[in-house]
Amino acid sequence: MGDFTPVSGLIGGLLIGLAVALMLLLNGRIAGVSGIVGGLVNPKAGDTDWRAAFVIGLPLGALAYFLVAGGPAPVNILASPLAILIGGLLVGFGTRMGSGCTSGHGLCGLALLSWRSVVATAVFFGVAMVTVFLTGQGF
Amino acid sequence: MAVLRIFASLVCGIVFGLGLAISGMMNPAKVIGFLDVTGSWDPTLAFVMGGALLIAVPAYRLVLGRGHPALAGGLSLPANTRLDTPLILGSALFGVGWGLVGFCPGPAVAAVVTGFPTVLGFVASMVAGMAVHAWISGKRPVRKSSPDAASDTG
Repeated sequence: MGDFTPVSGLIGGLLIGLAVALMLLLNGRIAGVSGIVGGLVNPKAGDTDWRAAFVIGLPLGALAYFLVAGGPAPVNILASPLAILIGGLLVGFGTRMGSGCTSGHGLCGLALLSWRSVVATAVFFGVAMVTVFLTGQGF
Repeated sequence: MAVLRIFASLVCGIVFGLGLAISGMMNPAKVIGFLDVTGSWDPTLAFVMGGALLIAVPAYRLVLGRGHPALAGGLSLPANTRLDTPLILGSALFGVGWGLVGFCPGPAVAAVVTGFPTVLGFVASMVAGMAVHAWISGKRPVRKSSPDAASDTG
């Protein structure tokens, strides 16, 4: 743990920013993943096709990385099956209740200079840091 | 036009997923490394957010100034400006789940490509959590100010 990779982080971040920018520039939509997925879980007529396309694109983008880099991007999950189950439920429920996640509040909301998103981002980052500390996942 | 919009969404998803993979944020262990501020802290996530905002902030200024997107009739932006209990409580619950596993929605959905049972299990669980929220809010009479779900930041 603790492998600081600022260059690949910055390059990946610029691409994520480009995706967020294009989504508003072209479709006038917020590229918040929990909101987009949430609109598929609780669908409204005529409002699902663009959501499905975006959601399919995410793993395709990860696949493109595999093809270009010649190997998979590492995905190491250290949590127990029970923690994965509870964590997934909390992430799904919490992001819908709080109207956004890391992308929706943390990127799009901050780019909109929204106070709601500033507060939400501070809360989920702070609570996640405390959770990591309390569960002793430090290395 | 609808086909173009759907295609644009697909491209945005692909670029987003590629960015997540390159940045290392698809890896929960690396995200935990950022959240672990009292341990051997890995500041990479801050560079990812910074890089993304470097593009998103001026691009948002540009589009908001222009007032309309290229392929759609108008902008679908959040209308809610209140700092209310659901915002705080929901974000706190999300923070607990995020800290437990190291996955937030974007990286989890992108990582589905690995086919790992742990990833699929997390995403299934996340979708179930969203369905529970939809079910609970559906049981309460919700006062809608607009027919569009524009209060939703995502």
